[in-house]
Amino acid sequence: MEKIFSPKSLVLGVAAAGALLAAAQAFAQANEQFVPALVYRSGPYAPNGVPFANGFSDYLTLVNERDGGINGVKIVSEECETGYSTDRGVECYERLKGKGPTGAAAFSPLSTGITYALTEKAPVDKIPLITMGYGRSESVDGSVFPWNFPLLGTYWTAADVIIQYIGQMNGGLDKLKGKKIALVYHDSPYGKEPIPLLNERAKRHGFELLTIPVTHPGVEQKAAWLQVRQNRPDYVLLWGWGVMNSTAIKEAVAVNYPRDHMIGVWWAGAEPDVLPAGEDAKGYNSIALQHSAGQIAVHADILKNVYDKGKGAGKREEVGHVLYNRGMLNAMLTVESIRTAQGKYGKKPMTGEQVRWGIENLNLDQNRIRQLGFAGMLQPLKVSCNDHEGVRHARIHQWDGAKWKFVSDWIEGDNTLLRPMVDEAARKYAKEKNITPGCLKG
Amino acid sequence: MFYREAGQFKTSYAADQAVFPILQDRFFIALWLAIGFVLVPLVSTEYLFRAIFIPFLIMSLAALGLNLLVGYCGQLSLGTGGFMAVGAYAAYNLCVRIPGLNPLVAFLLAGGVTTVVGIVFGIPSLRIRGYYLAVATLAAQFFLDWVFSRVAWFTNNAPSGSVTAPPITLFGLTFESPVRKYLLCLAILVLFAVAAKNIVRGRMGRVWMATRDMDLAAEIIGIRPMYAKLSAFAVSSFFIGVAGALWAFVHLGSWEPLAFDINRSFSILFMVIIGGLGSILGSLLGAAFITLLPLLLNQLPQWAGIAISTAMISHLESMIFGALIVFFLVVEPLGLARLWHIGKEKLRLWPFPY
Repeated sequence: MEKIFSPKSLVLGVAAAGALLAAAQAFAQANEQFVPALVYRSGPYAPNGVPFANGFSDYLTLVNERDGGINGVKIVSEECETGYSTDRGVECYERLKGKGPTGAAAFSPLSTGITYALTEKAPVDKIPLITMGYGRSESVDGSVFPWNFPLLGTYWTAADVIIQYIGQMNGGLDKLKGKKIALVYHDSPYGKEPIPLLNERAKRHGFELLTIPVTHPGVEQKAAWLQVRQNRPDYVLLWGWGVMNSTAIKEAVAVNYPRDHMIGVWWAGAEPDVLPAGEDAKGYNSIALQHSAGQIAVHADILKNVYDKGKGAGKREEVGHVLYNRGMLNAMLTVESIRTAQGKYGKKPMTGEQVRWGIENLNLDQNRIRQLGFAGMLQPLKVSCNDHEGVRHARIHQWDGAKWKFVSDWIEGDNTLLRPMVDEAARKYAKEKNITPGCLKG
Repeated sequence: MFYREAGQFKTSYAADQAVFPILQDRFFIALWLAIGFVLVPLVSTEYLFRAIFIPFLIMSLAALGLNLLVGYCGQLSLGTGGFMAVGAYAAYNLCVRIPGLNPLVAFLLAGGVTTVVGIVFGIPSLRIRGYYLAVATLAAQFFLDWVFSRVAWFTNNAPSGSVTAPPITLFGLTFESPVRKYLLCLAILVLFAVAAKNIVRGRMGRVWMATRDMDLAAEIIGIRPMYAKLSAFAVSSFFIGVAGALWAFVHLGSWEPLAFDINRSFSILFMVIIGGLGSILGSLLGAAFITLLPLLLNQLPQWAGIAISTAMISHLESMIFGALIVFFLVVEPLGLARLWHIGKEKLRLWPFPY
């Protein structure tokens, strides 16, 4: 025993680790912008986490390789594996927030649970959170949540658009009266997020809402689908994630529920969700908050500047997958926010506080979107303190057995319904936390 | 040589029964306390506080609580995560529903609520033991998980089921900065550790240990098994409840039931087993092993300047971590605390072992 645990080797080991730590910290250089990436490349959600992380990383590499960084400021990025667990996510945040000459530019937590936890910490550390399409729906209100940016729509927006789409299919929202709509959801803050909005819509249009929870990670859903079989809802909304989605589609087949009456949220509408179900997934729908499957102008640049140089994070053939595009979009919005901030504060690395200003004043018009190579994927967006979402348009796409194709035109989330809910929830939060609502300057 | 107690004469019963009868032990404890209360706050970075020390201290408290039940009283429990959740949600509800309540009082009351819940779920231990009791406490874990994610009252009707802790203010001080949070956790842990040490040295601890070693024999010599087992569940749950409240309020700040799922129960049980069953020190060592080692393994390749993909690092982390657990259990089944004891024995004789 004493051979294994000799005190001398222990002391040497600790000393060596300390020296390495010091060396690692000395690497920091001046003209660099640090962009952290919280990812999950392992665990039950890895099939979806990997393409997202690849898209994020590839776009940053593209900006470095093609443009030499943002106005000459190189981007350095570091990934940290959260495994979708909140305490690991918090640890990653603490680990990465101070890196680089100016600290982390912005965090994209990629999990509603982590977003909730970081919402408490971000104002203290003055680092913005970009929660693209997820997180707290009420954080649209920038006067209460100055550091949260649910860009391109929230879960409430997504749920709203889905209900509007169902209305369109039935010839008007008033036709929903007496219909039954089920929500099969991942039993976590993420899955529960759309329920208030669906309740509101159900009240307004007179349809019946069934909420059917599925326990994390969602590989066992027999009971949930038995309920679907008994109640025969007209539509099933799927708020699933990772392996839960493909399992849900297989279970739908088992209880003979028509796939074209299933509509998933954007986390439940990518290739890893439908491919395992094979032919059975045909006709399955999902919402796309701006991102779309397939390649556009920017992908050609990525293939040329990143993959041809052998610097791609993933496989070449996966470029253009749904979640890859989503990650790429997330990176693009982060980069453009930094660029906007540089317009005000000068062409140097930005601090989190400056990036926050950049996101709040982000304004991408049609022209700029074309320049960036995102035409056809993104609608013009303009962020302001009052509206941290920027844009509320979304489309529904359907899996035809080989690829995703759009079955609806752009539908806009109904702000006359969403806004009062956002205001009320934000007010409640402000009261609980003793926050005086107000927009931040500069 | 270092641990030779020759020449240390005990001249009173009090000295003979002291918690640390050996001078060297007292010196070491004082040194550790000085490091904990003075040196660490002076030299640590925010990352160390928030990601390393605070989780470690809170998990130590939870492991300590479970060790009282499993290590001292021999009642296997897989419900630790659920009991922590009871503490967290009880503290949250007390703070939300009673405005102006001192959070420290809320934590203690939350411990009290957990005690009651712990006693209720401890009742099966009167009839069943061993694996069967593990299954019964597992049921507690699932039931409590279910309650907190289903019954909206406990989360104050939060739409997403995720709740946010109000800020902690004590005696006019806001516990916002990591140093203050750290000191709060450390002070609570020290107090509870001293309490635990004295409980297990006293009548109650002896009753528990007698029950653990052979419950039939204990009953014959006059120990009431109901009192022994339920008191162990009560005290252990109190510790775990306070740990849960701290984990929620101090560490996470905002949480959902998933933060206290079955994995939490398992990891705390592993802390107790690896650290050493029936040892206060073992709880701390086990908590350090389970909470800190994965983080260390995760960051080691980067410190060493080796470029490995994030996925590979996290796979390696799980593999090496698993292998180390097996390794430590093989070389010393009685836990890390036992290793320290062996080390202490050797230091007594060093440099002239015979």
